[in-house]
Amino acid sequence: MSDTFVSAPDAPELAARVRARDRAAIARALNLVEDRREPARAATSALLDALVDADDATHRVGLTGPPGVGKSTLAGALARGLRARGRTVGVVAIDPSSVASGGALLGDRARMSFDPDDEGVFVRSLATEGHAGGLSWAAPAAAAVLSAAFDIVLVETTGVGQTETDVRHAVDTVVLVIQPGSGDALQFLKAGVMEIPDVLAVNKCDQPQATRALADLRSALATARSAGVQIEASGPAVLGVSAQEPTSGDGLEALLDALDAHRESLGAALASRRADGALAWTLQLFTRLHGDHGVAVLGGPSALSAAARAALADAAPPSACARLSKQYLAHVRA
Amino acid sequence: MSDTPGRAQRDRPWIMRTYAGHSTAAASNALYRTNLSRGQTGLSVAFDLPTQTGYDADHPLARGEVGKVGVPIAHLGDMRTLFAELPLDRMNTSMTINATAPWLLALYVALAEERGTPLEALRGTTQNDVVKEYLSRGTYVFPPTPSLQLTTDVIAFTVEHAPKWNPINICSYHLQEAGATPVQELAYALATAIAVLDAARERVPAEAFPNVVGRISFFVNAGIRFVEEMCKLRAFVDLWDRVCRERYGVEDPKLRRFRYGVQVNSLGLTEQQPENNIVRIVLEMLAVTLSKDARARAVQLPAWNEALGLPRPWDQQWSLRAQQILAFETDLLENPDLFTGSVVVEKKTAELRDAAWAEVEDVLARGGAIAAVESGYVKQRLVESNAARLRRIEAGEQVVVGVNEYQEFTPSPLVADLDEAILTVDPAVEAAQVAALERWRAERDADAAARALDALKEAAGAGTELMRPSIAAAKAGVTTGEWAAALREVYGEYRAPTGVSGAATTKTSSDAATVDTLRSELRSLADTLGRRPKMLVGKPGLDGHSNGAEQIAIKARDVGFDVVYEGIRVTPAQIARAAAEEGVHLVGLSILSGSHMSLVPEVLAAMRAAGSDAPVVVGGIIPTSDAEALRAQGVARVYTPKDFALDDIMRDLVALLRERAT
Repeated sequence: MSDTFVSAPDAPELAARVRARDRAAIARALNLVEDRREPARAATSALLDALVDADDATHRVGLTGPPGVGKSTLAGALARGLRARGRTVGVVAIDPSSVASGGALLGDRARMSFDPDDEGVFVRSLATEGHAGGLSWAAPAAAAVLSAAFDIVLVETTGVGQTETDVRHAVDTVVLVIQPGSGDALQFLKAGVMEIPDVLAVNKCDQPQATRALADLRSALATARSAGVQIEASGPAVLGVSAQEPTSGDGLEALLDALDAHRESLGAALASRRADGALAWTLQLFTRLHGDHGVAVLGGPSALSAAARAALADAAPPSACARLSKQYLAHVRA
Repeated sequence: MSDTPGRAQRDRPWIMRTYAGHSTAAASNALYRTNLSRGQTGLSVAFDLPTQTGYDADHPLARGEVGKVGVPIAHLGDMRTLFAELPLDRMNTSMTINATAPWLLALYVALAEERGTPLEALRGTTQNDVVKEYLSRGTYVFPPTPSLQLTTDVIAFTVEHAPKWNPINICSYHLQEAGATPVQELAYALATAIAVLDAARERVPAEAFPNVVGRISFFVNAGIRFVEEMCKLRAFVDLWDRVCRERYGVEDPKLRRFRYGVQVNSLGLTEQQPENNIVRIVLEMLAVTLSKDARARAVQLPAWNEALGLPRPWDQQWSLRAQQILAFETDLLENPDLFTGSVVVEKKTAELRDAAWAEVEDVLARGGAIAAVESGYVKQRLVESNAARLRRIEAGEQVVVGVNEYQEFTPSPLVADLDEAILTVDPAVEAAQVAALERWRAERDADAAARALDALKEAAGAGTELMRPSIAAAKAGVTTGEWAAALREVYGEYRAPTGVSGAATTKTSSDAATVDTLRSELRSLADTLGRRPKMLVGKPGLDGHSNGAEQIAIKARDVGFDVVYEGIRVTPAQIARAAAEEGVHLVGLSILSGSHMSLVPEVLAAMRAAGSDAPVVVGGIIPTSDAEALRAQGVARVYTPKDFALDDIMRDLVALLRERAT
């Protein structure tokens, strides 16, 4: 099958080909990071270690928001806009798996149109497979692979609502997409249930209620601020955009500028934000394997975090987790 | 009643048509003249898919599709050839054309003006219903809002200049083909009519509006449950009268008449024992002719062998003869309405009417037909109904003779040589059309054509009416592809919701135990492969009949596949690219337009070039000899309409993947 087996020693070569944007190698690397078989997990760890890059200049952008607001269509429009600016784009699009069958309809791709001959775009769809939090279990690894090959990586969540916090850990910039007339996101923001995104985009801004929606958003932010929610003075950018043809382009350039501006504004904070993300991913992997018991055995949450940060100094999260697992097993056996 | 049978006072029969057109304008013209000489009373023009979707024969997307399911009409010259020696003022011409309806009508009008035929004398129909294209047939081009504007431009133009023309045929037909229940068929067609009339009211003078309402006609479907279908049409008559009176205040009862044409059901025609289809066709015809109060104005019947491939002239003649026997040999047309006062018919009619009206109100509450299409709501309901229908057949709850009952048979001499029992289009037709197109472009006044296109774009950008600039473009020698490209530039290209993502999971299983077995096989296969088996469902080419692809996608999801489905009209290059990027284990292609022999090898070659070695399976109306040729080229499996049991297909796919994994 297409999943030619990759052994751990082959990882550096595969990593080099991914960096060179070899499309077949990227596809193979993505097949690998989705592969649950034991040897594949080891190879994935080796691959991601080989892809770790301290000077990683790729901008990772998360698109989240309720179902039906047009996240995929917007992702497609952003990809076209970024290509027009000469930047290459990787997309990870996540759809929910059926609880009954385990299967999934991966429909995001259908809503993203781009030049079929353009090698500067790569789209991979993933299913949640029961993983809560808006991402798929393989999504962070898939984003890491695409980050090694493309200038910008867009991560589109399932859109289940306020529980989608995972995306914060996987990206540098979170865009919350809502549409005019949908009150949920507003309520969550006001109540402080939803974390404050970095950019707020009101899609379908050609609709008549859009001006009202933008005003409501700004007032929701003010309410949250007065309720004591930490929001920087500059606040998140609030923009209207229309991703659907023929009006596509309305607000798109401004949104692209806002993404760049946010990335710029992070400055030195970018490194610590990414470190936090890697830590969260490592801890998630570890607790899935060993549960609360594992956390307790390694000295409780803060001791575990410290150990994880140390391990992450020269490894990607799956390897860091493997090291922690080794420590855990040593304790248990002792 | 008279005692001289056949010579009594008779009602005028309906218009008898045969949906026809293929290869070239000249070949289709010859076919029309033959059909008319055999007693056909109206023309029904079938256009090829490039013409329907606004591409010239030399466009990459047109490859393999030129002249296949209809006639290619690229410019005024083709229109002249198509109607050579056919007097336009004595024809009743129905054109199955939608997204490009304003353009084809513009060519027809330009031809009439060139011949000096007054437009008032033109009779016929442009189908011009884009809503059902988004839902079922798939030949839409532009987004809903500008599409609706084009629709109303055709209506406003004909009401003013060609008052005998039917500018739009609201199609419930294709809704049934997409799986609609009778109630859904009624409701969504009426909601579409309301959307069109609401939009038209904005664009025509108030005093002309009742005439606009009066020119709305419908194109309906009639299935095999012919008693219920007849009641459905009686309900349609009542509901339309209500809409015209209550919503639009039309006082003249003549302008409120429910006028409809019909093509009976193709969905229920079977590949197994196909000769039985002529019986189905005749019974379905009864639904739209028996009751005088709800009788069709025009009838076209499919051919008995449509599930096998393109029908030949003889096949179409057989269907025409069935109509003639009913109209001229039987005593049907000597009688008043047969069912007035029938307790059973009136009760059934009332039930359908009330349920349909509730659904109309639901759609209106969702913002009307356009909003309910854009949100994917209507499409999702249709996909669910179709899944339920297939499940009933698979489970044997709905009997289909020769398919799930009475499968034993003596082979029919009609299909002794299967490849002779269908029409094949000469592949040379495409090259000839491309060459003729180049000649046309070289010989016309290039400046005049460019100016006409600029004027068209300007009008589109300004939102003013487009019939006049389109007629001017037709006269200036502009081509179909150029006309559509100009408007694509202004309006953009639309991709309609596929309706599969949100479709409910639970109702597609014919048999819970079978599905459980399949799901556990999928889980075990996932363990072997390391990840869940992933399948790409691709619909290459211009053919928009997506029911098969949708049902396979949903079924595959329901047994546990991860399914990537990109919707209709994707190129072989896009399919190959998606297969590689998505890392799929399997690619399934669905093609119903007969262009499989050019599209499938292209997909295979593109996949090899993209480095994907996933096996490819193909489903569609594929003759046996083509299936063999495709397998020889590396296609792993070929499925045809006789493979109606989706569970069996899924089992076969799992076996295929299992085989390759070991």
